[in-house]
Amino acid sequence: MPVDVRLPTILRPLAGGQAQVKANGGTIGQVFEDLVKQFPGLADRLTTEDGALHKFVNVYVNDDDVRYLDKLDTKVGDDDVVSILPAVAGG
Amino acid sequence: MLRLAPDVYNQMVGHCYDGLPDEACGLLAGTVSTTSAKAMVCYPATNVDASSRTYTVDPKDMLRADRDAESRGLTIIAVFHSHTHTPAYPSPTDVAQAPDPAWHYVLVSLEGDAPVVRSYRIVDGNIGEEPVVLEGN
Repeated sequence: MPVDVRLPTILRPLAGGQAQVKANGGTIGQVFEDLVKQFPGLADRLTTEDGALHKFVNVYVNDDDVRYLDKLDTKVGDDDVVSILPAVAGG
Repeated sequence: MLRLAPDVYNQMVGHCYDGLPDEACGLLAGTVSTTSAKAMVCYPATNVDASSRTYTVDPKDMLRADRDAESRGLTIIAVFHSHTHTPAYPSPTDVAQAPDPAWHYVLVSLEGDAPVVRSYRIVDGNIGEEPVVLEGN
């Protein structure tokens, strides 16, 4: 069963303008792989070249930030909603 | 142009003073048209850096703000933060880390006796100032 993935406004143009899409996978990493298959423009926006979570995004499974779970290995199930939002910082 | 409801302005500036001596930050939600954006709700956020020089919006606050804005039919249109001892102009760090060219970047300078609020667009590293207008809720 695919999970629902909510996209931030800045990434929507790369996903056909959709605010929410479906992707398959048992972990965040697998969900991201499927997202990139569907929307290749997301490739370098979610993870870095060495395969880590990009520092410019925060990813949540329901209410939990995956950085405090198992990062890209965080498990997701049928009823989970994955939210991707910009990481907002400055000086 | 960024239009601010007075309540939003007061809450935003108040949160910046509350955050002293650290930088304070938060998000604004509202609506956008082709010529201007209107901020109608202010979401004060925790600066998880707890620093007078940098800020990072608490990711939990970002999620809460995004969900609440969506439930009101609004979107996040702006991020604000304070500069405690420097003018209301984006720092190189602000420019390097600006995530969304569609957003409005609001700076609240607390260096003088009165707060100074200015707003910018940051697109491909280029800073453009825009007018800030206070108008009815």
